[in-house]
Amino acid sequence: MLDVKNLKVRVDDKEILHGITLSVKAGEVHAIMGPNGSGKSTFARALAGHPGYEVTGGQVTYKGRDLLDMDADERAREGVFMAFQYPVEIPGVNNAYFLKAALNAKRKHQGLEELDAMDFMALMKEKAKILDVDEKMLQRSVNEGFSGGEKKRNEIFHMAVLEPSLAVLDETDSGLDIDALRIVSQGVNAMRSPDRAFIVVTHYQRLLNYIVPDFVHVLSDGVLVRSGGRELALELEEKGYSWLETSGAGART
Amino acid sequence: MSTATKTIEDLANTEYKYGFVTDVEQDIVPVGLDEDVVRLISSKKGEPEWLLDWRLKAFRAWLKMTEPHWQNVTYAPIDYQGVSYYAAPSEKKKLNSLDEVDPEIRATFNKLGIPIEEQKLLSNVAVDAVFDSVSVATTFRSKLAELGIIFCSFSEAVKDHPELVRQYLGSVVPHTDNYFAALNSAVFSDGSFVYIPKGTRCPMELSTYFRINAKNTGQFERTLIIADEGSHVSYLEGCTAPMRDENQLHAAVVELVAHADATIKYSTVQNWYPGDKHGKGGIYNFVTKRGICKGNRSKITWTQVETGSAVTWKYPSCILQGDDSVGEFYSVAVTNNFQQADTGTKMIHLGKNTRSTIVSKGISAGKGQNTYRGAVKIGKNAANARNYSQCDSLLIGDRCGAHTFPYLEIKNTTAKVEHEASTSKIGEDQMFYCESRGITKEDAINMIVSGFCKDVFRELPMEFAVEAQKLLGISLEGSVG
Repeated sequence: MLDVKNLKVRVDDKEILHGITLSVKAGEVHAIMGPNGSGKSTFARALAGHPGYEVTGGQVTYKGRDLLDMDADERAREGVFMAFQYPVEIPGVNNAYFLKAALNAKRKHQGLEELDAMDFMALMKEKAKILDVDEKMLQRSVNEGFSGGEKKRNEIFHMAVLEPSLAVLDETDSGLDIDALRIVSQGVNAMRSPDRAFIVVTHYQRLLNYIVPDFVHVLSDGVLVRSGGRELALELEEKGYSWLETSGAGART
Repeated sequence: MSTATKTIEDLANTEYKYGFVTDVEQDIVPVGLDEDVVRLISSKKGEPEWLLDWRLKAFRAWLKMTEPHWQNVTYAPIDYQGVSYYAAPSEKKKLNSLDEVDPEIRATFNKLGIPIEEQKLLSNVAVDAVFDSVSVATTFRSKLAELGIIFCSFSEAVKDHPELVRQYLGSVVPHTDNYFAALNSAVFSDGSFVYIPKGTRCPMELSTYFRINAKNTGQFERTLIIADEGSHVSYLEGCTAPMRDENQLHAAVVELVAHADATIKYSTVQNWYPGDKHGKGGIYNFVTKRGICKGNRSKITWTQVETGSAVTWKYPSCILQGDDSVGEFYSVAVTNNFQQADTGTKMIHLGKNTRSTIVSKGISAGKGQNTYRGAVKIGKNAANARNYSQCDSLLIGDRCGAHTFPYLEIKNTTAKVEHEASTSKIGEDQMFYCESRGITKEDAINMIVSGFCKDVFRELPMEFAVEAQKLLGISLEGSVG
């Protein structure tokens, strides 16, 4: 589904990612871990097409197409979704209205009929139930006045409605208490399917107890220093990131 | 330059969609202004002596006045002698139905997407369509007449209801009020007249579409709305203008009179030609709008969505004379490219327990300059007066400007006055968030801006809110990022 080859990304004239190579197949869940400042979020935002993140080298192929050739909105309509670490507030814009516009933009792109208000509300209700989202949240302005936990839950709710092929979760666990973490994880797990892939970016192993990854990659100073299975995350938990910085230095090229 | 700014610019380069000229025979008074022109206008309209005298008084007062320049706008000097002061379609026979309207004019309205027939049939809106200076179609009149409501062109009111016109004309905006109001009083061409009798609730939204169409012709509309005791009326005004190279002067006057327990809601969507993206051409919109809450418990609400004009200079105001009277002002003003707007309101509290609310939303894009100027005056007898003002500015791109000038003059210690202001920028983050959900840049801008204006849009009558949102989208195609 996704092939990343030697991806280099620059932000404000500073190269943050120095060549990332990663292959994600449909149905897989990949976790990207790493210490603060290692480039995890940069990787997520570059995949989503943030204009402030300049790709200076490498290729990204998504479903056989050049992902880097598409604008952020086109990537989204092609099925790439990013759950934000810090979801943005849009005052005065109703959350349900926003989601309807997003979903219909995608459906139109896919050549499907746009959903009318009735059908859309039915879909919203169904998804809200799965994620234990208060329906009042749908009638509020997008993320405005939401608590940290509500914002994160709203991101997962957006994901559930938009049903992406590739979901990138950028530190979705940060700022969540255990109950919220469980609900969010349940939502993600319910969406796991053979034709959908996840990239879960996280600082802590904790999230991976709930969303069990197929692969774990460790990012340090803009390069992937280790890749492995689930057990790599547990090892990290035990030994800490400092362990990598000594043992992983050799992986850098 | 950031991506968001660049996008705004790309979008801002969209041409004005409503720029076209209709070829209709025009009856134009020669260029220039002197007493003879004033007399000519008056006689062409077959006006009574007292009205001619009033015009002449205004003209003489105007000659002694100088054009004001305290506003936060700049424009090339206006050559008042280079303007023709009257234009009317030359066919002036009375029309009984819309079918009799000149097909060219009908086609123009259709291009603008103003479906008169449909409105007539479907939306229950009476439309008094002003084409240049003379009304060419008025509908629903008979239905309104059954209730004693008068809704007609200003010229007709002068003929059919001279006593009402004479009583109220200039009673809110005197002919000496300001430079442009004096000019309007001297040369006003036509406009609308509304009278709602005691205890009557006008059963439909009254609406007028203005449109400038004659080259080099200043447009001087005059509107007078009187709501008698306990009555209620909602009036809608909307306009678009065709593309022109020359700057065109528009100096309208609107007067509202609300008697005891009466309510007037006056809503405007203004989309005069703003000039091209280099700042060439465009309408000068210098308008005097004022209402008086004359009786106790009366209420006047101004709602405006200003997207057009090269230069806008406009302060719809309320004089709160009656005790417990209420004044409201809700405004969205958009400036893009080289547009300049200096707009706001005056709330003059004279009566006891008077209340006023001001909600102003300014949007600047391109090199647009947007100024909010508002005055709240609490007179010494206005015990327990309350005012709440909120002025928010939204900037799109980094070459536009937003300015806020609130004036407060309080002469009664029991008054409570609140003022809140904010300035924000459509950020890359907001844009990216929308885009990352699959929403296009253009839709994202529209969405963010509409959200920003929500508090004002919800004050507009439903069908008008839709149109306003559409206009906002069109004008921000040239400005939203």
